[in-house]
Amino acid sequence: MSLGLTEFTLAEARDKLRAREVSAQELAEAHLSAIGSAKALNAFVVETAERARADAARSDARLAKGEGGILEGIPVAMKDLFCTEGVVSTAGSHILDGFRPTYESTVSANMWREGAVMLGKTNMDEFAMGSSNETSHYGPVRNPWRADGDNRDLVPGGSSGGSAAAVAAALCLGATGTDTGGSIRQPAAFTGTVGLKPTYGRCSRWGIVAFASSLDQAGPMTRSVRDSAIMLRAMAGYDQKDSTSVDVAVPDYEAALDRSVKGLRIGIPTEYRVDGTPAEIAALWDQGIAWLKDAGAEIVEVSLPHTKYALPAYYIVAPAEASSNLARYDGVRYGFREDRDDLTEMYEATRAAGFGAEVKRRILIGTYVLSAGYYDAYYLQAQKVRTLIAEDFKNAWDRVDALLTPTTPEAAFGIGEKSDDPVAMYLNDILTVPANMAGLPAMSVPAGLSARGLPLGLQVVGRAFDEETVLQVGRTLERAAGFDHRPTPWWRDQP
Amino acid sequence: MSGVIQGATGPWEMVIGLEVHAQVSSASKLFSGAATAFGAAPNTQVSLVDAAMPGMLPVINKVCVEQAVRTGLGLKAKINLRSVFDRKNYFYPDLPQGYQISQYLQPVVGAGTLVLDMEDGTSREIGITRLHLEQDAGKSVHDMHPDRTYVDLNRSGVALMEIVSEPDLRSPEEAGAYLRKMRSILRYLGTCDGNMEEGSMRADVNVSVRRPGADYGTRCEIKNVNSVRFVQQAIEVEARRQVDVLEDGGEILQETRLFDSRKNETRSMRSKEEAHDYRYFPDPDLLPLEFEQAWVDEIAASLPELPDDRKARFIDELGLSPYDAGVLVAEKEVADYFETVAGGRDAKVAANWITGDLFGALNKAGLEIASAPVAAKDLGALIDLIADDTISGRIAKGVFDAMFKTGRPPGEIVEEKGLRQVTDSGAIEAIVDTVLEANQHKVEEYRGGKEKLLGFFVGQVMKQSQGKANPKIVNDLLKQKLGNPGA
Amino acid sequence: MSLDKATVARIARLARISLPEQDLEPMAAELSGILTWIEQLGEVDTDGVAPMTSVVGHALHHREDKVTDGDRRDDVLANAPESTDGYFVVPKVVE
Ligand SMILES: [Mg+2]
Ligand SMILES: [Zn+2]
Repeated sequence: MSLGLTEFTLAEARDKLRAREVSAQELAEAHLSAIGSAKALNAFVVETAERARADAARSDARLAKGEGGILEGIPVAMKDLFCTEGVVSTAGSHILDGFRPTYESTVSANMWREGAVMLGKTNMDEFAMGSSNETSHYGPVRNPWRADGDNRDLVPGGSSGGSAAAVAAALCLGATGTDTGGSIRQPAAFTGTVGLKPTYGRCSRWGIVAFASSLDQAGPMTRSVRDSAIMLRAMAGYDQKDSTSVDVAVPDYEAALDRSVKGLRIGIPTEYRVDGTPAEIAALWDQGIAWLKDAGAEIVEVSLPHTKYALPAYYIVAPAEASSNLARYDGVRYGFREDRDDLTEMYEATRAAGFGAEVKRRILIGTYVLSAGYYDAYYLQAQKVRTLIAEDFKNAWDRVDALLTPTTPEAAFGIGEKSDDPVAMYLNDILTVPANMAGLPAMSVPAGLSARGLPLGLQVVGRAFDEETVLQVGRTLERAAGFDHRPTPWWRDQP
Repeated sequence: MSGVIQGATGPWEMVIGLEVHAQVSSASKLFSGAATAFGAAPNTQVSLVDAAMPGMLPVINKVCVEQAVRTGLGLKAKINLRSVFDRKNYFYPDLPQGYQISQYLQPVVGAGTLVLDMEDGTSREIGITRLHLEQDAGKSVHDMHPDRTYVDLNRSGVALMEIVSEPDLRSPEEAGAYLRKMRSILRYLGTCDGNMEEGSMRADVNVSVRRPGADYGTRCEIKNVNSVRFVQQAIEVEARRQVDVLEDGGEILQETRLFDSRKNETRSMRSKEEAHDYRYFPDPDLLPLEFEQAWVDEIAASLPELPDDRKARFIDELGLSPYDAGVLVAEKEVADYFETVAGGRDAKVAANWITGDLFGALNKAGLEIASAPVAAKDLGALIDLIADDTISGRIAKGVFDAMFKTGRPPGEIVEEKGLRQVTDSGAIEAIVDTVLEANQHKVEEYRGGKEKLLGFFVGQVMKQSQGKANPKIVNDLLKQKLGNPGA
Repeated sequence: MSLDKATVARIARLARISLPEQDLEPMAAELSGILTWIEQLGEVDTDGVAPMTSVVGHALHHREDKVTDGDRRDDVLANAPESTDGYFVVPKVVE
């Protein structure tokens, strides 16, 4: 019974709640017990059962009166990068040990206002720096998916790996993620879920622990495109407290889903056919092209000449901003402190012990590329290249309405497989990073399985603030792919 | 103190540039809604943004930008319609973000000028390099515990204008005059209260020495000097130190130094200096700061008359001396007081009463013009009483003292004490007669040619009238009754 | 670009992250690997290209000059590792 209750999509649950066929409290209990029996995934760092029960009771009361918001009674998980009032928020880092914000991030506050029920905080790569969720201070998240006839643990992708795993394993109906270089879309692809990174400026960054300010953007992670549309509407909106938030109306995304793509022009960027792309990825891409063509879309080859430079430029801009954003973690006002008699020693010991290897690596890279004598060659050059990348997309929009590409160059890999080769790990984001560099909305939709039975995703990129077209194309792919595979729950009641 | 130091090997010239940090007059901080008031309990004027809590973001205060633009216009400077906020990265406990939001390559205000008025009445233009907006840091308190430092973030995020001068200053006096003039302009504009005691105006002083006319020498920066007097002392001792080093064949290394007013010496701050590399880059939490020329024009239209223009007007239209005009415009309050007193009266007389009697009395009482017991309109009334012969100039001095003590208007005091001049010649003639009567032989001596005795008779008459007899009438009557000496 | 130990030590000092001597060499190698890969950016001709300042093409919005925050010392100090009499407390800073 409780099992069934976790199998709904967010949209189905919403309709049943409004029809009073299920209660928010039943839903909450079902998901809490699912979480309780999924410890093996290590998807949650904090579980807020009591909070969930209180939220659910409140929602039932509203629903009984025929009231309630967009997400009324919907159990969701919150990535630990979001500051949640009174609930420990650590960004997966030792240096934020025990940090209890006295404030609530704008995005999470928007969701609570719309009636969402909080199940807990999800595990993530430390400060969202990673593509495998292996850099978390709380240990790696295990992907609910395993390759056929192989019970080795796979990564769920990252940095929003805990949210992706929780959604894929039906531990929640939706979860928040953040995407700086692919941190929503890549884990979505690795776990057979839907991940949407909105336009930069669409969701407020206020109260989200900053990684790279000019790239960070929050978005929904769900099991269907419709769920994504519903959840984004609740998360999005202009925020006075974020100078980079943009004051444009938030449409009813769900209404866009059933528009036909007939006549839409879909661009296929030549440069995304990177050498060494596995045949099955190329095949999936061709399949996606065929599906959209069948649905009446016009397929257009386009060129985004600076694509190959997006990733190296990203690995200058993001670490540079991070090196400055993470300077505030100094053991003075919150979090972990390594005591020393000398101030500088206190700083150096606190940050040495508080940050993990990948975070230190990026802080050092960022410090170096900004340091005297290197700024022009690295940071300034990267920001100029970024301008060229954005222009590539602008030119494409003269000819097409959206772009279709694979989300990742490969399916989920094994835990530990890439840990000792940073660049190999970074290459995972090669197809997702360009949208961040240009601030464009992009979504990953599960489109098929690899030869080893692992999920693969297709990515749709759209014009700034045109999430509607992205969702519309995503919905078309979803319908055509009919992706209804679910991982077998090997994790249930495992240690 | 003078700009030239006579060393053992010859004369050395001081070269001085100032970086003034002026706190913007605003109710709330540059990027947060916390208050800026001085002297609040520790950490009670701190928002989550000022404390750099995770995920907090800056949103700029429009009035702070307007104040910077207004100040730029007051310094006849170029206003940049597009400027950029950068992060200056370094670690310090009173810098919660680990970076200061400042403006590095593209400041909001560019080159301008400030006119120095020297003691001798001459004036000289000093170049302003730039003005930019930046956040103030918090306060580290080192003396509350033997081995701990306490941190108060009330100042953290308060808006500062950093105003940088060209190295155009040549002596401690000029540096002092520059600071006084800057403070005067900021106060006229209402963009900074200029209160150095409360730290709302601080200066970093760049000092170097050179042979007269030679190229600039290596400079040292003396950080955070917080009074005009200390700035002048710091320049003096630092320049002498540099001369000594150079004359001993040593060389000056460019560094940041600290002025110790107790020991009257500057000391190297290498500890803080260590490996500075601020890694400036544009703050990705903020967009470039852009505004319209029309908005700048509106602000320009609302500027008050500034000290230089006011001084020129006092000289040209009111006929004051450059010196008096300079003294009167330095403080806006004084200039306003003067204009009330001088209104419809002899401006020179008004100026003399203010720079003479009023300033003297204020000084003795240790008072500011704002709290002067004598209202401007009352001082004006006093001048009128002299002009219309109600009282004599000499009586007026006494009346002024009474006004300063009691704060009462001159009319009341004159009436109460019956100080009006006697102009009734009958009454005066009676006194004259009694005086001549009582001094027969002196009258003879006068008539015999001892002319200077006239003064004696006048004195006697005035004495008997308690100074109230109109001196002119007294003179006329005496001459008339004594006849021509030696006749 | 390959970094030497001294440079890594200098950067680590700037970033206030203590790196034990034995970690300098391997870190130098790691960072050099990443930087070498990044340096392909040098190939791109960016003459006359303006650096990206913001991907969102809108104007910076302003706050009115109103006191809307502050006066929340307890919130500010709530998570402090060490605080006394309303102050944050750190090891003595030697000026
Ligand atoms: Mg300075
Ligand atoms: Zn400054």
